[in-house]
Amino acid sequence: MVIYGVALLSFCMLVGVFVGDILGKLIGVQANVGGVGIAMLLLIFLSNLNDHRLHLGNPTQSGIHFWSAMYIPIVVAMAAKQNVIAALSSGWMAIFAGVAAVIASFLLIPVIARFGPGDQRDT
Amino acid sequence: MILETLANVLAKNALITAFAFVGILVWVSYYLSDKLTRGHVHGSAIAIAIGLVLAYVGGKYTGGSKGLADVAMLSGVGVMGGAMFRDFAIIATAFGAHIDELKKAGAVGAASIVIGVVLSFTVGAIVAVAFGYTDAVSISTIGAGAATYIVGPVTGTALGASSEVIALSVAAGLTKSVLVMVGTPLVAKRIGLDNPYSAMIYGGLMGTTSGVAAGLAATDPKLVPYGAMTATFYTGVGCLLAPSLLFLIVRMVS
Repeated sequence: MVIYGVALLSFCMLVGVFVGDILGKLIGVQANVGGVGIAMLLLIFLSNLNDHRLHLGNPTQSGIHFWSAMYIPIVVAMAAKQNVIAALSSGWMAIFAGVAAVIASFLLIPVIARFGPGDQRDT
Repeated sequence: MILETLANVLAKNALITAFAFVGILVWVSYYLSDKLTRGHVHGSAIAIAIGLVLAYVGGKYTGGSKGLADVAMLSGVGVMGGAMFRDFAIIATAFGAHIDELKKAGAVGAASIVIGVVLSFTVGAIVAVAFGYTDAVSISTIGAGAATYIVGPVTGTALGASSEVIALSVAAGLTKSVLVMVGTPLVAKRIGLDNPYSAMIYGGLMGTTSGVAAGLAATDPKLVPYGAMTATFYTGVGCLLAPSLLFLIVRMVS
């Protein structure tokens, strides 16, 4: 049943966000610490139990695949609700700080990617 | 009478209207991608760019803070693009992600989160100093805003920054997230963003969940779960480091 997949996804999200909130409280910050990441790990873990205890049939999987496929449209809607005006009209300092942070971070990606056992392409 | 009824129907079924609206927007974007750029510019990149332009227009027209979602008929766009559905869809993308890839980048991915927070904070703090801020609280708040637009106000509130400085920190974070959305597909090739390993580092360094989510969607949707995984830890780490350790360092230096 499709709803099994959707419910499994919901379960993962609720557990993840709950654990993330608890983590945030434990270390004393007013934010959710990695809730979505924890939910993703939980979903990966549960879906890999597959053949033994938890078998996900095709309809169940399609309940998850649907939301995965809705990802881009949801991101488009997210873009359309951003406060672009505030970002552009708050003066040069804020824009400058944001732009500089992005450029610095972009530049560091290939540097860090060289460490560790990652992709072996020659560049 | 017909127009009035139509407007009423669209407003009353806001979320459904949003589905139809975004569907049309995505269709137009893929058409433009195909016809104008022969597929060189990804359809979803165009859709996200049009979304941002519409957010600007919506904000100008309504004077609100939620872009297009402040237009009554399109309020469903706010629900559809809100954090709840966004996180739900991001988690769904993890279905089918490879555990091996995650393990491979585990330690480096985690390190990139801390490096990303410190880097953005430092850059933001330097810009604040360059623009004449001298007190440690303001410098730290603006630095935190350069991390994400959530870390900024959380830090500013914890340190007792002025509301003007907090607003600036939010604006810095918003600029960052918009720029990551637009800039990622443009620089992806040059920074080697074409495999799960570098996507996890990218997510950890950028940290803005919305920016990373849209940036990867426009670059290669297969990379989304890897980038999103590290990015979702970034704000938490930022809220942990910025008002404590990083603030103390700023106070020592300034």
